[in-house]
Amino acid sequence: MTVISDTRLDSPADLEDFREQLLSKRDASALSVHVCTGPGCAAKGANKIYELFCEAAQETETDVNVQAKAVGCHGLCECGPIVLIQPGDIFYQRVEEPDVPEIFRETVLAGRVVERLLYPDPVTGKKVRTADEIPFYQVQQRIALAHNGLIDPTKIEDYIASGGYAALAKALSRMAPEEIITEVQKAGLRGRGGGGFATARKWRSCREASGSPKYVICNGDEGDPGAFMDRAIMEGNPHAVIEGMIIGAYAIGSSQGYIYVRNEYPLSVERLKLAIEQARELGLLGQNILGSSHSFDIRINRGGGAFVCGESTALMASLEGRPGEPRAKYIHTVESGLQGKPTNLNNVETWTNVPAIVNKGGEWFAAIGTEKSKGTKVFSLVGKVVNTGLVEVPMGITLRQIVDEIGGGIRDGKRFKAVQTGGPSGGCIPADFLDARVDFDELTKLGSMMGSGGMIVMDEDTCMVNVAKYFTEFLQKESCGKCTPCREGLAQMLHILERITKGEGRAGDVERLEALGELLAGTALCALGKTAANPVLSTIQYFRDEYEEHILERHCPAKECRGLFLYEIDPEACKGCGICLKNCPADAITGERKEPHVIDQEKCTRCGTCWDKCPFTAVMKV
Amino acid sequence: MARENQLIEQIVKRYDEDVGMLIPMMQDLQAERGYLPADHLCDLSRRLNLPLSRIYAVATFYASFRLVPKGQHDVTLCLGTVCYLKGAGQICDAIREEFRVEPGSTTRDRLFTFQTVNCVGACAVAPVMLVDGEYYESVTVDSALEVLHGLALDNTEAKKED
Repeated sequence: MTVISDTRLDSPADLEDFREQLLSKRDASALSVHVCTGPGCAAKGANKIYELFCEAAQETETDVNVQAKAVGCHGLCECGPIVLIQPGDIFYQRVEEPDVPEIFRETVLAGRVVERLLYPDPVTGKKVRTADEIPFYQVQQRIALAHNGLIDPTKIEDYIASGGYAALAKALSRMAPEEIITEVQKAGLRGRGGGGFATARKWRSCREASGSPKYVICNGDEGDPGAFMDRAIMEGNPHAVIEGMIIGAYAIGSSQGYIYVRNEYPLSVERLKLAIEQARELGLLGQNILGSSHSFDIRINRGGGAFVCGESTALMASLEGRPGEPRAKYIHTVESGLQGKPTNLNNVETWTNVPAIVNKGGEWFAAIGTEKSKGTKVFSLVGKVVNTGLVEVPMGITLRQIVDEIGGGIRDGKRFKAVQTGGPSGGCIPADFLDARVDFDELTKLGSMMGSGGMIVMDEDTCMVNVAKYFTEFLQKESCGKCTPCREGLAQMLHILERITKGEGRAGDVERLEALGELLAGTALCALGKTAANPVLSTIQYFRDEYEEHILERHCPAKECRGLFLYEIDPEACKGCGICLKNCPADAITGERKEPHVIDQEKCTRCGTCWDKCPFTAVMKV
Repeated sequence: MARENQLIEQIVKRYDEDVGMLIPMMQDLQAERGYLPADHLCDLSRRLNLPLSRIYAVATFYASFRLVPKGQHDVTLCLGTVCYLKGAGQICDAIREEFRVEPGSTTRDRLFTFQTVNCVGACAVAPVMLVDGEYYESVTVDSALEVLHGLALDNTEAKKED
């Protein structure tokens, strides 16, 4: 921090000098230990591991220069905590506290690899040394996440040394606002928050709108459950978001920006606040940035825990200190948004792509991806796959590549059933469409959507009716209640779905759900309501037989809906230990000691206690 | 003139009396007091010259605001999609039964406030539970209850030390 206390960058040349200064100060012989402290690794104790490395680096008596760095999400959360050692790019996985002294002694000081902590290739079983050799990373292409896991998100020097803010300098000194918009247009960048609206078109409309001041907003209200891309960026590389916003504000003609961050992400707020302060100190935010005529500053607002605030007009209402209720959008927010002024809102990932586009040009970006969806997209690949984590892939890659090659297939040898994309507004895509290419239009055609990038993999044990019920319940709770179709329609749909999962479904329920879904899509006020039926409609489209089995046969094929399947004891596996018999609250189990036990289906209440308690997994769901 | 509420005064000044910053003001108040005490909201309403109904509308719209005091500890269970698929629903039921506490409320002994949230963004290590901001990954019914019973113990020990 001492470096920047009295530095102020008054021109692009100052920035370049500063960067060179930073690079020249870097000790080429320095060894560094990168500890991932992203959400997944942090939950597995990575912060403590980082502290231990710091202590070890301080206490070492040798005269080598060792630096420990806490970095943002590295992606392969499944194998966390992840530790990378430079030089050599050595990738250690599942590092625990007791491993720290060994890593420090062997790898950091002596340059020897600790075999035990290397990643085993899932196919060959061979241990690999670097991240590049791991299949999970091989298919990926990183633009938005390029610096994640490499730089210390709490140090602006790290970002600048690795080329940060160069795009801003280029934009301010050598590009007219209109040229930047043209470049973004050439790139074909579309909004990463869900809608997929053309970014350049939005910027241009806002630039051309009459009225001042104009505002730019970064939507960091990552509300979709199962998605944490934006969190990883805000916490792993906050300066990229800020740089993107400053460039966008210059292109649009705005001097005030807002970042709206979810209440559940306190660390994101902390990291962004720090990054903004550092940028201000250097003169990258504030009056006359880098000596140009462009002035811009950013304020952070924390959300209040309302999903609907991810919708642009609701978010703006929240920024004005009101309940986050959306309004009809016949007047676009680019003309009349926050405080009735022209406002341009983009998602975290969209802003993060901007510096790369300015640096490398729109054509470079447009060369990646499909005809109408350019560049890359970050997904949080979660659920029942082997490798859960954060992945960035070029648009146009198939779902199968993501699930199998990157995700490593389904856990525990189970069968793939569906992948859910697009959050609560998205849909479930079945195995038949695994070869579909992932882009905005393709996913919409399949009845789902790109959304913000949650990708939840489901296996054969997942009941699709229950999934639909989960999302409907979620949306019903989160509906702001302003418009009738959403408020009442979702409540009705949930009512029907609850009935079906309890085994009380009636003939015609599926058709009723479809009718309500269509009504919502056609009449709801905002995007939340309009897309709210997607989870139900897409599961009906692809898994209609599952709905019908629930309704007509009172049976849940995935054996998830309590009461819609039976418990039986496998006489081969039963050891007659008597644990189930003792625990059964309905006294429905009989059997002699050391003899196979039997469940009396008349008495059984299907509570599942025996299934939970059996130490030999002899209780089966049928 | 009514007595001056120092805390409200401080918070309002922090945001330059900007009514648009009502939500951050209320967040700061909650961070300070643990919940939004009714008298403080009345003072805030008077200070900003804003109808109390508008403040109440905001307080009840956003899930993170609390109008009643919270317990000694904060327990947050994630009910995001992945956590749910991996059994968070059952964990929620188990906590409700074991401690007789509904999501959004506090145990009778004020040991902890239990709330469920839509997603904490740690989906790769689901199901996730947070206790006083600390993450517990891949929790099960048993491990979650064990952690919460551990809280009960801490509480009695703390009392002994007093």
